[in-house]
Amino acid sequence: MSGFSRRALLAGSGGLLLSGCDRIVASPTAKSVLSLGEKASRSAQRLVAGNALAPEFSAADISPVFRVNGNTRPTAAAYLAQMERGFADWRLRVDGLVGRPMDLTMAQLRALPQRTQITRHDCVEGWSAIGQWTGVPLGLLLHGAGALPQARYAVFHCADDFSGTPYYESIDLAEALHPQTILAHTMNGQPLSVGHGAPLRLRVERQLGYKQAKYVMRVELVATLAGLYGGKGGYWEDHSGYQWWAGI
Amino acid sequence: MTRSVNRSPLILRIRWPVRLWHWINALTIFIMLMSGMMIFNAHPRLYWGKDGANFDPAWLEIGNHGTHGFVALGGHEIPSTGLVGYAQSTALAFPPLVTLPGHYNLSLARGWHFLGAWVLVASLAGFLVYALVSGHLRRDLGLSREERRPRALWHDVTEHLRGRLPRGEAARRYNPLQKIAYLSVIFVLLPMMVATGLAMSPTMNAALPWLLDMLGGRQSARSLHFLCAAGLALFILVHLIMVVLAGPINELRAMITGWYRLPPERTP
Repeated sequence: MSGFSRRALLAGSGGLLLSGCDRIVASPTAKSVLSLGEKASRSAQRLVAGNALAPEFSAADISPVFRVNGNTRPTAAAYLAQMERGFADWRLRVDGLVGRPMDLTMAQLRALPQRTQITRHDCVEGWSAIGQWTGVPLGLLLHGAGALPQARYAVFHCADDFSGTPYYESIDLAEALHPQTILAHTMNGQPLSVGHGAPLRLRVERQLGYKQAKYVMRVELVATLAGLYGGKGGYWEDHSGYQWWAGI
Repeated sequence: MTRSVNRSPLILRIRWPVRLWHWINALTIFIMLMSGMMIFNAHPRLYWGKDGANFDPAWLEIGNHGTHGFVALGGHEIPSTGLVGYAQSTALAFPPLVTLPGHYNLSLARGWHFLGAWVLVASLAGFLVYALVSGHLRRDLGLSREERRPRALWHDVTEHLRGRLPRGEAARRYNPLQKIAYLSVIFVLLPMMVATGLAMSPTMNAALPWLLDMLGGRQSARSLHFLCAAGLALFILVHLIMVVLAGPINELRAMITGWYRLPPERTP
C-alpha cells in the first residue's frame, strides 16, 4: 500500500469516526449525557469551594494590557446618548423578586460602601488578565432591595447586543451574595472604559469571563431561568451552547 | 496459573480490573486529548506565570500566515503547513482530523472534556485502590532492588534499543523500563493532568489556592497541562509501537482476555 493511500485511508476512517461523534451529540439524549459533566462539576465545586474567596493579587501583578473582549462598543442609540453625557443619567434598576424595587444613579452607587479587589479574569478561550476592580458588593444591593425567599438567580440585563439579541447573564444566589461579587464602576483606579463595560459591569470572580456582564442596566431576581430569552441563563449559553456553570 | 500448550505456556497475566481500567482509559484519554486540542484551538498560545493574553509573549504559539502554518517556539517560527497551524485547508492550530468535535466548537469540546474528566478521575481512583489493595502495584509494577540498580536499568535500555525484548521466563513479568513507563503515567502524568486541570478552574482556585501557587499560576498550569498531555500522547505512541514489536495478537489477547503466551526463548 502506498503512503498516499494509507494516509487517505487513515483520514477517511478518522473522518468517519469524527462525523460519528458529531452525529451522536446532535441527539437530545447525548446532549443531556454530555451535560452530566457540567452538573457534576457544579455540585462538586459548590461543595468544595463553599464561600471561599478567589485569589487576590498585588498591584505589581496587574496586567499592563487588559484585553477587551465580546462587545467593546454597544451600538444602541440610548447607550450612545448616555455615553455622550458621560453616563451622568445612568440608572441601575434592581427588581424582580424583591420587596422594594430600586433605581440607583451612579452617584448613589458610589456613595454606598465599596470593595476594591485585584483579581484575575479568565476567558473561556484560555487567556487571563489581572486587574483591579472597585464597586458595590451585589449582596448589599440585593439585601437593600429585600430579596424574596423564592428568588434563586440574579439576572443581569445589559445595554449591548449581538445583531439585535441583547446580552444577558445569570448567576445563582450563592454566587450573587459572595463577598467578591461586585458591580464595578472603576478599573485600575480609572472609571470603567467603554471597552470594559462602562459605566457598570459585573465582577463574579470565581467564574469565567463570559459571566462578567458589561453595560449592566438592570439586575432582576428570578425563581427560574426558563422563559427568559433562550431559557439557558445567558447569551452565550443560549446562542452557542456554553455551559451555564462557568466555574471551570 | 499456567496452561501448558506445546512448548510456550499461556499465563493469566492481566487481571480483569486492570483490563477494564485499560480500556476505559484508552477511550477517555482519546476523548480528552481530542477535545483538549479543540479547546487549545480557541487560544493557541501558551504562557508562563499568573496571567497571559495576546499582548504578552507566548513561549509556544501555533498559528498561520494565510495558508502557511507555523509553530513558534520562544518566538522562533518553524513551518508546519499540513500538520498544524494550517492543515486540511483549515486555519486552526490542530486540524479537524484530530479534534473533537471535528469542527470549531468550544462549548461542545468543553462538554466532552469535562464529562471525560469525571470518568478519567473516577476510573483512576478505582484503579489506584485496586492496585494498592490487590498487591498489583507492589507485585507487578514496583521495581525490585535488583531492577533498581543503574547497571540493570542501563542493560534494559540497551536491550530495548537493540530491539531485544525479554522472552521466555523473563517475559513473565514487566521489564524495568516498562514498569517505569507505567508508573510515570499512573503517578506523574495522570495526577499532573488532574492537578493542572483543576488549577485552571477559577472556582477551584478559590477552594485550593495552594494548588495554584504550587503550579506557578494559571497560565503556567495551562502550559503544564499541555506539556503533560503531550507526554501522554508520546507514551501512547511508544506504547503502541511496543505492542506491535512484542507481537500485537498476543498482546491484544492479553489485554482483552488476560491470557498471554510467553514468547519462546531465543534459540542460539
